[in-house]
Amino acid sequence: MSAPVVITMTVNGEPVTGTIEPRRNLVDFLREDLQLTGSHVGCEHGVCGACTIRVDGDIVRGCLMLAVQADGANVETIEGISDSGEIADLQKAFHERNALQCGFCSPGMLMAASALLSENPVASRDDIREHISGNYCRCTGYQAIVDAIEATGQARKGGAS
Amino acid sequence: MTETSPLTVLDRPNSFIGQSEPRAGAKRLLQGRGTYVDDVVLPRMVHVAFCRSPFAHAEIKSINTEAAKALAGVVRVVTGPELAAYCSPWVGVLNHLQGIKSAPQHALAIDRVRWQGEAVAAVVALSRAEAEDAVALIDVDYEALPVIADMETALDETTPIIHPDLGDNLCFQREVDLGEVDKAFADAHLVVEETFHFGRHTGVCLEARGIVADYNPAEEALTVYLSAQAPHMMKNIYAKHFDLDENKVRVVCKDVGGSYGIKVHTYPDEMSAAALSIMLKRPVKFTADRLESFVTDIHARDHRVTARMAVTEDGKITAIDMDDLTGIGPFSVYPRTSGIEANQVVNLTGGPYTIDNYRARARVVFTNKNAMCQYRAVGHPVACAVGEGLVDTAARALGMDPVDIRRKNLIPDDAYPYTYVTGLPFEKLSHHQCLDQILEMMDYEALRADQAACREKGIHRGIGFASMIEVTNPSPAFYGAGGAFISAQDGCTMRMDHTGGITCTVGVTEQGQGSDAVVQQVAATAVGVPMAMVKVVSGDTDVVPYGGGTWASRAAGIGGEATLRAGVALRENILDVAGAILQAEPDTLDIRDGHVVDAADGTERLPLSEVGRIVYFRGDTLPDGVQPELVATRHYVPKKFPFTFTNGIEGFYVEVDADTGFVKLLNCWVVDDCGTVINPMLVDEQIRGGVVQGIGGAMYEECLYDERGQYMNATMADYLVPMSVEMPDIQVGHVETPTTDSELGAKGVGEAGTAGAPAAIMNAINDALTPFETTVTAMPFTPDRILRALGKI
Repeated sequence: MSAPVVITMTVNGEPVTGTIEPRRNLVDFLREDLQLTGSHVGCEHGVCGACTIRVDGDIVRGCLMLAVQADGANVETIEGISDSGEIADLQKAFHERNALQCGFCSPGMLMAASALLSENPVASRDDIREHISGNYCRCTGYQAIVDAIEATGQARKGGAS
Repeated sequence: MTETSPLTVLDRPNSFIGQSEPRAGAKRLLQGRGTYVDDVVLPRMVHVAFCRSPFAHAEIKSINTEAAKALAGVVRVVTGPELAAYCSPWVGVLNHLQGIKSAPQHALAIDRVRWQGEAVAAVVALSRAEAEDAVALIDVDYEALPVIADMETALDETTPIIHPDLGDNLCFQREVDLGEVDKAFADAHLVVEETFHFGRHTGVCLEARGIVADYNPAEEALTVYLSAQAPHMMKNIYAKHFDLDENKVRVVCKDVGGSYGIKVHTYPDEMSAAALSIMLKRPVKFTADRLESFVTDIHARDHRVTARMAVTEDGKITAIDMDDLTGIGPFSVYPRTSGIEANQVVNLTGGPYTIDNYRARARVVFTNKNAMCQYRAVGHPVACAVGEGLVDTAARALGMDPVDIRRKNLIPDDAYPYTYVTGLPFEKLSHHQCLDQILEMMDYEALRADQAACREKGIHRGIGFASMIEVTNPSPAFYGAGGAFISAQDGCTMRMDHTGGITCTVGVTEQGQGSDAVVQQVAATAVGVPMAMVKVVSGDTDVVPYGGGTWASRAAGIGGEATLRAGVALRENILDVAGAILQAEPDTLDIRDGHVVDAADGTERLPLSEVGRIVYFRGDTLPDGVQPELVATRHYVPKKFPFTFTNGIEGFYVEVDADTGFVKLLNCWVVDDCGTVINPMLVDEQIRGGVVQGIGGAMYEECLYDERGQYMNATMADYLVPMSVEMPDIQVGHVETPTTDSELGAKGVGEAGTAGAPAAIMNAINDALTPFETTVTAMPFTPDRILRALGKI
């Protein structure tokens, strides 16, 4: 069946409706139908992590999920969690530590890092390295990213105590 | 009287040189608000997908496109001969690589395909998905031809010739024989010999190559949005091969998602997309998918080097004799050629040392694999691993410590200027200082003690070093002298608006390495304003001064110096006007923190916004004869040396599991001398990122082809790259020896890490393997190769 289907979902807090081919994957729907180009496409087979987004609170690969599977779901992208201020401290730490170069991996990397810090703000460097090993970065060598995530976790812990 | 060196711009009050300022441009990337090529959408834009050859070498008997043309959404289907009317072929040769030859290459293959992945037809459709649907309906009748997959036999008389018109499969050969090599070997106390293999690998830019080409027939103008490093070079190529007025070609590079040398070449699919835009008179987009990236992005480093070194009884290196063979695919890549990497291997091997006798032969041969060309640290990892590998082999044979043999042979720090035996002039390097510093950073004695203690427990750890040199800030000797329109000079235009805000347009391009940030820092320092008052614009050939872009570690050293000179000139222009306004001599004034001040004591006289207000809105109040020019352009080209060499040393501590063959990278240290450090944080991150790409080549990455020229691991799941969990923290130190060729004194740093890491890792692994009396010299050092060396499989 390739007849277009109508889907509705919440994206970054806004209700959206789209008429799409069933084969359209979620990240293409976000990028091309909704013009949310912050989620990037790096491999289209679930390896590089550049398309990492949040669906109903869990981080997923936007290239491995069909848009029709997100019918009725709550989808959050880098644009949404930037504008809400949810990860402002993490973004600041990335900026100050230069934990990005070309920036193509950054939206997915921030999604992955944010998920880790939500579960475990005091993750060790080894935990951090393990957790972000589903996200390629070809520029930095990862150390600055680990530093930025670690520093954010420490700051959050300090702020909470 | 005491002599003091003249004050330079680096001595200015409130200098930002040497400060770890975060990059202004990085904020938008962290919010997903960058603009990479695939994010560009234009009205009436259509998408192209390519039908690519599954054969590495075949004759195209026929191409049936009828079914593809009939599919809904398809706009056009073209094959090679039709597209050739819009795009002339190119040949990747340079005049100064004597004897280099290649064959004309077309945007789409005509009659014959020469590597798996070469495009034979293109489909333009309303969406990429529809274009790909139509590609699946194209029926190509191929007749397979013998495949030249093994570079070792490419020159054999019985091997078929890939381009019969060229007469053989030899693209380029260089031989040097300097000093008295045979005598040195005859007199040697020790001769060590090794054969090194370097795996073919590639850049894996996370953002694949992409282009949006927009031809406007009314203006006969072509605008190209491109993910690329050298926009002016591409502008020239588009004009030349599409027969356009070069002034009507505009290349725009917005955010680039990783390049590392991959995005500085002419790619047939990108040329096809632009030609199709001209043909169809509407915008055409092409974004490579990951499979296309693996089979068409340039590869690098497929070298086999057999080398020997002559050494005296006390460890003095007297000669090197080596033979390098590299298989570059079916075409020399345009316009930089595929001869440069081998040429660099000949130039650079043994470069840190005082060696008087040197013989090398490098042969570059055609094969039926994807093309190879310049990728980060061109030739350096090969040259460095050959030289450093032989040095360590010699040290082991003599029972010398690897530090001692380096101390004995490294060019003394007081020997400069020094010319290496291959003719490379070194302005001033600091090998010994770097060596001393790294030993201190790593606590060498403690590390050796740990190694010995571990060995007692059956844990095999090893320490490896690589002293290295890096070519940076290239002069016109690199490409211009060979006839290529690739600019070695670069420029900066700097303008002050009425707010006092400064806008810089620069020819060097931002790839994420931070060139815009460096320009911002230098401009703010040279003019005398806060960083926030400086905006940098790069990557648009309609806007920026003519320049070379980013390659060969040139952006900071060359673009930075052009910026410095423009900033000094603009400051003088501003002070001329301020002097007229204040009725003061301009040379008694300065600009600090956005204000015109008295140079002597820093007393604030006038904010720049007041100068701007008067100049732009009340010019009538200025004295007669005062014509403000609050804009300045300056250019810079290195002239004193063909390249500004940097140097450094890398050290690795590794643990080899003799049962599984796995290698754990425990620690890594780097000391680098890139002259003036403009932004320490960015420099350190360039080194770390470079080291990790070097680790990739040494440990994980290899484009594996079978004997039919089939690329067997062209997915991200199968082609391994370094991931965070395997990477060590990398400690970086600096020695600063500024170049005197510029006031800024900055040398390049983008490739140093990649140059030295493979050699240092190899030496560390072999140090760990010493008890087993075996070595590995074929990269990447996979568990399989290590277990084979250990005789366990």
